Amino acid sequence: MSRTAGKGDVAALIFGVALMLIMPMLISTYTLTVLVIYGMLGLSLGLIWGFGGILCFGQAAFFGLGAYTYAVAAINIGESTLPMLLSILVPALFAALLGAMMFCGRLTDVYLGVITLVVTLILFKFTNSTAGPQYKIGEARLGGFNGIPGFHTLNVPGQPNAYIWGEPLYYVCAVALLVVFFFVTWLLRTPFGRIAVGIRENETRVSLMGYDVRARKTALFAIGAGIAGLAVGLFANWAEIVTPGLFSLGQSAEIIIWCIVGGLGTRFGPILGAAGLAYLKFMLGQQTMVDNTLITGIILVMFVLFLPKGIVPAVTSLWTVSFAKRTPKGRRHRSSARRRGGAHG
Amino acid sequence: MASDNVNFKLKARELRCLIGPNGAGKSTFFKCISGLHTPTEGRVFMRGQETTGWHPHEIASLGVGIKTQVPNVMDALSVFENIWMAARRFMPTRAANTKTSDIIDRLRLGPIARAELGRLAHGERQRVELGLVAVADPWLVLLDEPAAGMSAEDVARMSEIIHELTRTAAGVIVEHDMQFIRSIATTVTVFHQGAVLMEDHVDRVMSDPVVRNVYLGKNA
Repeated sequence: MSRTAGKGDVAALIFGVALMLIMPMLISTYTLTVLVIYGMLGLSLGLIWGFGGILCFGQAAFFGLGAYTYAVAAINIGESTLPMLLSILVPALFAALLGAMMFCGRLTDVYLGVITLVVTLILFKFTNSTAGPQYKIGEARLGGFNGIPGFHTLNVPGQPNAYIWGEPLYYVCAVALLVVFFFVTWLLRTPFGRIAVGIRENETRVSLMGYDVRARKTALFAIGAGIAGLAVGLFANWAEIVTPGLFSLGQSAEIIIWCIVGGLGTRFGPILGAAGLAYLKFMLGQQTMVDNTLITGIILVMFVLFLPKGIVPAVTSLWTVSFAKRTPKGRRHRSSARRRGGAHG
Repeated sequence: MASDNVNFKLKARELRCLIGPNGAGKSTFFKCISGLHTPTEGRVFMRGQETTGWHPHEIASLGVGIKTQVPNVMDALSVFENIWMAARRFMPTRAANTKTSDIIDRLRLGPIARAELGRLAHGERQRVELGLVAVADPWLVLLDEPAAGMSAEDVARMSEIIHELTRTAAGVIVEHDMQFIRSIATTVTVFHQGAVLMEDHVDRVMSDPVVRNVYLGKNA
């Protein structure tokens, strides 16, 4: 397992770097930046849902919370390094508290979904109603439905005037996504990650083995929120404004759809689903013939009906099957196909 | 069905079977001691420590191996991964790897060690579940119907494993299969209508007219 994993990692790294360098020739880096950020956001839910079995309808809550944290901190501090760290830490802490409450209360599936959904709604309503001048954190006015514009954007750490924007921002985001991808890969190989998958499979069994399932789910939930926080710290720098729309239900639903379409239980699937669907939405946004959400809805229905496991698992098994069929007697070929199939995911 | 008025003591390394008709309270009693239920009244002690109302993971952490009535395994994971996870709770990763391989050899699961558990036969899955109880070196094992729905060959293998387990651990086993009980236990506790009806050697229990009446049926 560890031998093939090493090879797979190198292949994934080469593939990732190549993609990072090739994609700007096809799509403008401005658009690519946000696709990469959405990929990271998709991965954050892909981790806690696909590997931890925690279906969270409120990933947008962490996304919005991180964005507001970044904006408020950036206005007050005037340098981006600490605000970036805070945009990771604040959602992670919030998720840890929320998670501890939910998992110690032994809430499962549906109730978990309801609570995370309601939390998102509360934050959405709250930020929308903060238009008055009394809603101020330090120098920063929350600004209600207008959001917070004009905060200090990403700079080279320690040099507040060396702004990172445009093409360099794309490369920062892409490298950050690679780092997060390999962080998740590493995490899933540690005992913590392996036991998290065990919890997804059978919570009772894992607790009968002597593991505190509640604490472990809470920790994983917080890690997922932290990744969403990093994504949104970068998003705030790309958009240069944060608005209550980040907390919207549409945003939450979209993240779930990305994961379903890309493939749950894989690391690459949610990234692919997020970037692919976001790009499609961007393309559809340039025409007025059909409604955007209608298309997203149709895609979701199609996938649930015909490809319920998502793109990546489907492609992987197609690959394996087609190789096995082409050389039914060739043992060497078959085993190599299986190995290649097994390296994915 | 609830159980009340149960006074149950188990000595170190003793093996005890619980029998009784359906609804006698065996499983409720089992759940109360394994932490899956909190008893409304009464107290549970393990090695002198009160464990009433503890969570299953806290009881398991004491070194108690638990196997529930419904197979509780991780279907999408391999046999190795299932057993490894149980071992890893009590030892570092490398030791857990060695220990897992040991258990896999001892239970003769070698050829299927990398197979996905969900694809295996019922008997094999039961054996794996017993393996992940055994790998943690428990001093007490609680097994709810380990032989349920298994072939004669699998049952024989199962009683062999349980014998080996109880060389170092005490055991409480809820079971229906009389042949199986004869092959593993000397002392049997009979539950009836939520209370202990009788506690004696397996042969005396089997020949007792009252037990035969409530449990085996009048004509058995």
